[in-house]
Amino acid sequence: MDFSQLIPNLVLGFSTAVSLMNLWYCFIGVLVGTLVGVLPGIGPVAAVAMLLPLTFNLDAVGAIIMLSGIYYGTQYGGSTTAILVNLPGESASVVTCIDGYEMAKQGRAGPALAIAAIGSFFAGTVGTLIVALVGPPLAEIALKFGAPEYFSLMVMALIAAAVLAHGSLLKTIGMIVLGLLVGIVGTDVNSGMSRFTFGASGLADGLSFAMVAMGLFGFAEILSNLGDKADTASRDVLKKKISGLMPTWQDLKDSAPAILRGTAIGAFFGTLPGGGPTISAFSAYAVEKKVAKDPSRFGKGAIQGVAAPESANNAAVQCAYITTLTLGIPHGATMALMLGALTIQGIAPGPQVMTQRPDLFWGLICSMWIGNAMLVILNLPLVGVWVKLLKVPYRFLFPAIMAFMAIGVYSVNNLDLDVYMAIFFGILGYVFMKLKCEPAPLILAFVLGPLMEENLRRALLISRGDPTVFVTRPISAAFLVATFLLLAFMIVPSIRKKREEAVAEAAVLGKTGCFRRRKVGQKCRAPRGAAFFCMAGAHRAAAATARACDEIT
Amino acid sequence: MKFKIRCPEDFWAGLMFIAFGVIAIWVSQEYPMGTAMRMGPGYFPIWLGALLIVIGAIVSAISFKVEGPAITPFAWKPMIMLGVAFALFAWGIDHIGFVPSLFGLIVLSAAAGQVFRIKEVLLLSVALIVGAVGVFIYGVELPYPLFWWR
Repeated sequence: MDFSQLIPNLVLGFSTAVSLMNLWYCFIGVLVGTLVGVLPGIGPVAAVAMLLPLTFNLDAVGAIIMLSGIYYGTQYGGSTTAILVNLPGESASVVTCIDGYEMAKQGRAGPALAIAAIGSFFAGTVGTLIVALVGPPLAEIALKFGAPEYFSLMVMALIAAAVLAHGSLLKTIGMIVLGLLVGIVGTDVNSGMSRFTFGASGLADGLSFAMVAMGLFGFAEILSNLGDKADTASRDVLKKKISGLMPTWQDLKDSAPAILRGTAIGAFFGTLPGGGPTISAFSAYAVEKKVAKDPSRFGKGAIQGVAAPESANNAAVQCAYITTLTLGIPHGATMALMLGALTIQGIAPGPQVMTQRPDLFWGLICSMWIGNAMLVILNLPLVGVWVKLLKVPYRFLFPAIMAFMAIGVYSVNNLDLDVYMAIFFGILGYVFMKLKCEPAPLILAFVLGPLMEENLRRALLISRGDPTVFVTRPISAAFLVATFLLLAFMIVPSIRKKREEAVAEAAVLGKTGCFRRRKVGQKCRAPRGAAFFCMAGAHRAAAATARACDEIT
Repeated sequence: MKFKIRCPEDFWAGLMFIAFGVIAIWVSQEYPMGTAMRMGPGYFPIWLGALLIVIGAIVSAISFKVEGPAITPFAWKPMIMLGVAFALFAWGIDHIGFVPSLFGLIVLSAAAGQVFRIKEVLLLSVALIVGAVGVFIYGVELPYPLFWWR
């Protein structure tokens, strides 16, 4: 690793990030992110998609800084409501409810919020450093990749995403194949032929991210909220006054190791394709419970139960940028949108970004650190404002979300066809929800589809049609072996452990009061989650709970 | 032996995959297939379609074996109303202008909810329209006519 370049690079980054405009974009981003995080009903994906049009007039650096701010801002906002109201604003903060809300009931909301913020900030700092250290050498390796390596890497990324997603493995792989097909819509770059456009000239450029994402995540979400649940009227905002933000010395001493462990777990899952803040937070909580001297304290206001997951989800968010920025391979739906935003700005994602636009890469990294600091300020002293916002009923929120989405979709190409397509994807997304098919892997495949076809084509052209090229080149073979191992790991225990999972899931669900009870009685379908992290039952249950909560938030 | 669908979610999910796979292959037939070495535009989609059919068939087949939850009922009313609201906006923005189409979108969306109070909705629309015009038309300078008289 070449450390000598680190300092000048960081200097470049900070000089980019602290320009008045970029600070402003960063601030807007984290502010909106906190807002989205606090309000249940809009996830980060829909939020980033909705605000995409706001970035059209910005330069590439400003746009990516703002969108990133939204993404990591949601993690802070989500934890605030989890602690104070027992209502996770984001699926990643579901697990924070368990001990965070208990602490709040005991009158210790202040220290819980403070520890969440301190842990997040620490994890964010470490995450930023990891991106800065790991990014450049990885990009250097990636520059040597040929078409077969890229193809195998993408296969691995997609399978990893399927393995880490919750829900049936087979159905998730089906969604990935479907996503690849959706990605084909448009003009074929090699032959100039229009594919799957059904004669519509508006589809010649392919489907835009905004329309697919907003349909699948925004529109479908609102539909499910309106149709399947009663208006969430009972939000018992904590009546007690939040007094004394400062945690005691003992609190800090208790939570320091939890923050460290959480950060490490978050960094691990964040880097992995398909991993993300939610799975990180759940894993971190499970680990804390395992290593604790007295596990029975968890669920009764243990500060480690707040510190670890909050650190983990934030570390995961930062580390998600590693593969996205260095390889051009997004590792989740939100990252896919970020790449989409970069493409709109005329920047082809990939390892060359770091050498061609160092200001973008390093500016983003430094702004993430600055943004994290802003978030601490935004969230701690202003916590009262955010809690007040929670009293806004959903019937005011969703028409506003609809309006933003419609403008967002339309403004990408100024085409009414795009909005009609968004309706189609919205209804499709609703059907997916009903059939328990995960839309997130579909979006990822949709983004990677054209790249995959192109690299498959090139690889087979070089090898004169010989498919063994993927296993005879060592790096490509390594990716495929890793893919195979991932699959093998998942398939075998999922049969064996089905029963245990159901029990574990019921236990976790029973403990956290915020889930609908009907979930418990249902058949548990192999939520494989991060089982290869070898913490068997706890993990699987965690992934299942995550899924249950996705539907609620 | 009588077959019984034990897991409707999986059964329909499998059928959906099969349907998409069939459509993909059907449409791709018009595109030249090419060879592995020189792939035509039909090569990738036809293979994906075939793979999707296989996956769908397995998912459906398993649904006869493994017990699973029933599908919860669809919310038809919100689905239609939100769809119409979006479509009205898309059509209207060029024909009747940004402000009226946004107003229609907000009112129709709100009507899809469970509680609809006309005064609240009007206030909400005014606030949202003022905000949206400020941010999108004057702020980001999106080039849309405000009203039908432009």
